[in-house]
Amino acid sequence: MAKQLDSSRPIEDTRIFDAEQTRLGYRLNKFAMSLVKPENRDAFLADEEAALSASDLTEQEKQLIRDRDWRAIMDEHGGNIYMIMKIGAVIGAGLYQIGAHQRGETFEEFLATRNAAGAK
Amino acid sequence: MGKIIAGIGTSHVPSIGVVYDQGRTQEPDWKPLFDAYEPVKDWLKEIKPDVAIVVYNDHGGDFFFDKYPTFAVGAADIYPVGDEGWGRRPLPDFPGDADFSWHLCNELVYNEFDITVCQEMAVEHGFMVPMHLCWDHDPDWPVKVVPVAVNVIQHPLPTALRCWKLGQALRKAVESYPKDTKVVILGTGGMSHQLNGARFGYLNSDFDRDFLDKIETDPMALTELTHQQIMEDAGAEAVELIMWLTMRGALDGAPLRQVHRNYYAPMTTGMGLIALEEAV
Repeated sequence: MAKQLDSSRPIEDTRIFDAEQTRLGYRLNKFAMSLVKPENRDAFLADEEAALSASDLTEQEKQLIRDRDWRAIMDEHGGNIYMIMKIGAVIGAGLYQIGAHQRGETFEEFLATRNAAGAK
Repeated sequence: MGKIIAGIGTSHVPSIGVVYDQGRTQEPDWKPLFDAYEPVKDWLKEIKPDVAIVVYNDHGGDFFFDKYPTFAVGAADIYPVGDEGWGRRPLPDFPGDADFSWHLCNELVYNEFDITVCQEMAVEHGFMVPMHLCWDHDPDWPVKVVPVAVNVIQHPLPTALRCWKLGQALRKAVESYPKDTKVVILGTGGMSHQLNGARFGYLNSDFDRDFLDKIETDPMALTELTHQQIMEDAGAEAVELIMWLTMRGALDGAPLRQVHRNYYAPMTTGMGLIALEEAV
């Protein structure tokens, strides 16, 4: 049986969303998923602190959201991009803003690396 | 009898949906993508499939990691447009054919594909973007659908070979359906892209073009790819491409004619398209 994942060949600057990552990021991803309900988005926008308090996030995880620290959420805390995008959607940070932050670039710097940045 | 008549491989990038809803499809950087689907739309109007089986992955539209199915098949007469966090998109809900779906589910399970059967299933961009790229919906969709959701986001994922075999099993199931039913199958996702880490935005157009060649002419070579190889060569999220093998597995054994092919990589994802018709 071919080995599907090979930990002896880590891919640079990449997090594979595996058992370790999904367990690590469970609370953050669950909170993000809760935002598919419009009433939860409204509550978050009306009072972000109250919405965070009502969640089961740890204090550290709440701070990551307050700081919009997408890079740390994704690299160090098990964020799944498809879930974390839902937090971004509520507060007006799109996928490419989140991506630029993960790359350590400004949005404009990131767009300059693309083939046809009008397709955003 | 049921019959698979064609297969389509296509990307399902969410920004395509946003631009479509905003009527921006003819902007210079988007036109090459949307125009590429016009010949496919025209061809589908000619061949008039009754049912589209759409193989896609759910990105937190209806499923979450509390219980994330490896393979899930819709078995409903209607599939509502889901809300992924941006609000409901202005598209009509999708008509299903529960009798046909249940037939597929029965056959799949008795052929040892132990799928999750879903009598309620909200669909999302992975499913919807390919649908509105390939069909008009004025006022309703002209084809019934069977959503087939595959876990390609939380490892362990099914292998590429397993996805191919699912396609073969779907073909057998379709062919044993007693009512005359013409079926097109869509394999969606990819192509090269990565959305996590400092490697965000990684693209590999050479890989994508080679994949487009092989999906038509040498799909068995693609079934040997490991997730590791795909992620190394084409980005972590490119592993979605294994779903194209379900489409291709459903065409296995039939002589094929390429109807159309396109490739465009403007931003962070290689957007591929291939349409294959069974030569009668």
